[in-house]
Amino acid sequence: MKYIDEYRDKEIVRLLAEEIKKTVTKPIRLMEVCGGHTMSIQKYGIPYLLPEEVELISGPGCPVCVTSRTYIDRAVAYSRLDDVIITTYGDLIRVPGSSSSLDREKANGADVRIVYSILDALMVAKKNRRKKVIFLGIGFETTAPSSAAGIIKAQMAGITNFYLYSAHKVMPPAMETLIDEGVQIDGYIGPGHVSTITGKGIYLNIPEKYGLGVVISGFEPVDLMQSILMLVQQIENKEPKVEIEYTRAVKPEGNVKAQEMLDEVFEYRDDWWRGLGVLENSGLKIRDKYAMHDAEVQISVDVEPLIEPKGCICGDILRGVSKPKDCKLFGTVCTPSDPVGSCMVSNEGSCAAYYLYNR
Amino acid sequence: MKNKFDTILLGHGSGGQLSHDLITDLFTKHFDNDILRQQSDSAILETGKNHLAYTTDSFVVDPLFFPGGDIGKLAIAGTVNDLAVSGACPLYLSVGFIIEEGLSFSDLERVVLSMAEEARKAGVRIVTGDTKVVDRGKCDKLFINTSGIGILDKQHVPISSGSNIKIGDKIIINGSIGDHGMAVMAARNELNISADITSDCACLNGLIKSAMETGAQISFMRDATRGGLGTVISELVKSKNYGIRLMEDRLKVNDGVKGMCELLGFDPIYVANEGKVVMVVAEEDADRVVAVLKQHPSGTQTSIIGEITNDHQGSAWLETLVGGKRIIEMLSGQQLPRIC
Repeated sequence: MKYIDEYRDKEIVRLLAEEIKKTVTKPIRLMEVCGGHTMSIQKYGIPYLLPEEVELISGPGCPVCVTSRTYIDRAVAYSRLDDVIITTYGDLIRVPGSSSSLDREKANGADVRIVYSILDALMVAKKNRRKKVIFLGIGFETTAPSSAAGIIKAQMAGITNFYLYSAHKVMPPAMETLIDEGVQIDGYIGPGHVSTITGKGIYLNIPEKYGLGVVISGFEPVDLMQSILMLVQQIENKEPKVEIEYTRAVKPEGNVKAQEMLDEVFEYRDDWWRGLGVLENSGLKIRDKYAMHDAEVQISVDVEPLIEPKGCICGDILRGVSKPKDCKLFGTVCTPSDPVGSCMVSNEGSCAAYYLYNR
Repeated sequence: MKNKFDTILLGHGSGGQLSHDLITDLFTKHFDNDILRQQSDSAILETGKNHLAYTTDSFVVDPLFFPGGDIGKLAIAGTVNDLAVSGACPLYLSVGFIIEEGLSFSDLERVVLSMAEEARKAGVRIVTGDTKVVDRGKCDKLFINTSGIGILDKQHVPISSGSNIKIGDKIIINGSIGDHGMAVMAARNELNISADITSDCACLNGLIKSAMETGAQISFMRDATRGGLGTVISELVKSKNYGIRLMEDRLKVNDGVKGMCELLGFDPIYVANEGKVVMVVAEEDADRVVAVLKQHPSGTQTSIIGEITNDHQGSAWLETLVGGKRIIEMLSGQQLPRIC
């Protein structure tokens, strides 16, 4: 397929692997902070192609995984209300809350619908004017602009029964916190989709303040191998900087229009991340002027008390200090069909990716 | 039943791990007998000189009509194929209709004509049936169940269990993967995708017969339906004393399917097919079988996609397009579209 097959070329990948091997002189750990990268790396078997000096670790790049159980508990509580339709991306419906999940609620009669974009959710709201239609807004800078666009559209079209329940987060605070916490990282494989929106500016702090490189990467095997090579070269040459490998999609300034839309609808708030705790200005809250579409403001509901699962080390896995196989629950008590932690659920979660492709 | 679920979830019908658990922990546990325990596509019944193969399948596809087929064609092909992959010659089918009040007569007629046509092409006869109509909302337009009987030569009995599989055998598939699942998905209006994808839905008994007539040692066959090629492979190798090596560059995925999988974050090896058979054939016979299958309209893109190995006993490994390696596991539930 054009524009994809070129980036899956075995010979180019082999040459890049050779070049990485030639260039690297010491053990290095590179972290990917995008769930799409985690999945690609496992799906294409990239670790098998790298010399033993280069270790890839997965960071907090799966939006479902870093989201709190309380968020799911509240979504479950919303789904139990008679006059509510929950619309959501598919990943979320199996994520366990304290005592239930959206797919269990759906089986018990809740109206939970998988949609592919917020525009589908708006259509549901338009067709069901007597119901409150809540869209579960989750994801980083990648999906947040479409949530913003959805809210603006709902406002303009007078779709007053449409609400967003925001779990949107931004990536840079998490990347800096990991370094502050002393997680051993020698460079970041920067998230491709996030950066198409933000551009490279948001990462400049990382080489300047922490002396670590960031290479913004695409999702195909050639992209990933090229990005790893660029990071290895930066490390060997002691020249940490922000570089873009994914030039066919990422402009240095990003997508300005999407950034403006984000700023129009959202403001920063402190937010809780699994494994990292509360990070300053890392979450996106709907601004007061759009509060009529904010589920948290408009729809009150009793949420059950939080119960965290015992033995689950999702938090350590998201910080890159443990691997899925280090978890006692991995593959025994916790499997994709009956997940304990969120990392086992999402397509992009480290545990799910390891379970499916690398057990 | 040891079960953490107090209700049935959609995932229990996905063909992946949840379905598997439901079948073993509930159905086969309580219906237990030596025939059922084989868990093959068809039950093999000893009746004297020849054996009988007996199978059943229910069809609940939405929408009823999709590019390349409809629920009726599917209901014939699905059951015919379950018999054929057991090494049997399909002969007789039963059909049960569960119809929702309000279904248009012309839609039902279209489905029935399609079934008649497909049965004629496959050389099977529909010899008994049943009809129920339920209140509007109690089923989704039309559900169909078909059961089928075929006869089976004694020497082909081991095919359905794969008990004669040996190291070095080649794994063959008769063409591209993922077409049916993505054709149906694209045909659902909710996605607003217009894709040029046609379901591969087809009766395979003719194709399979031509392979068996070569006299080749075929040690296993299964149609890669729900759960796709990946599920067939992982089920086949589970707790066996051999491993499986698959080569991704040998797998054919049509552009439309590839594009839609990219968009949704799906892995085509887990997407449903309705006209694909996975065959395990002795190494020395494999090329001959491929050549014969290629002559058949449903097999023009047949290729060898892997082999039975001594390494990695009990697990299946895929050599990726770029030379990496990964394991092929059973899917846990439905594939879910990803967020970004």
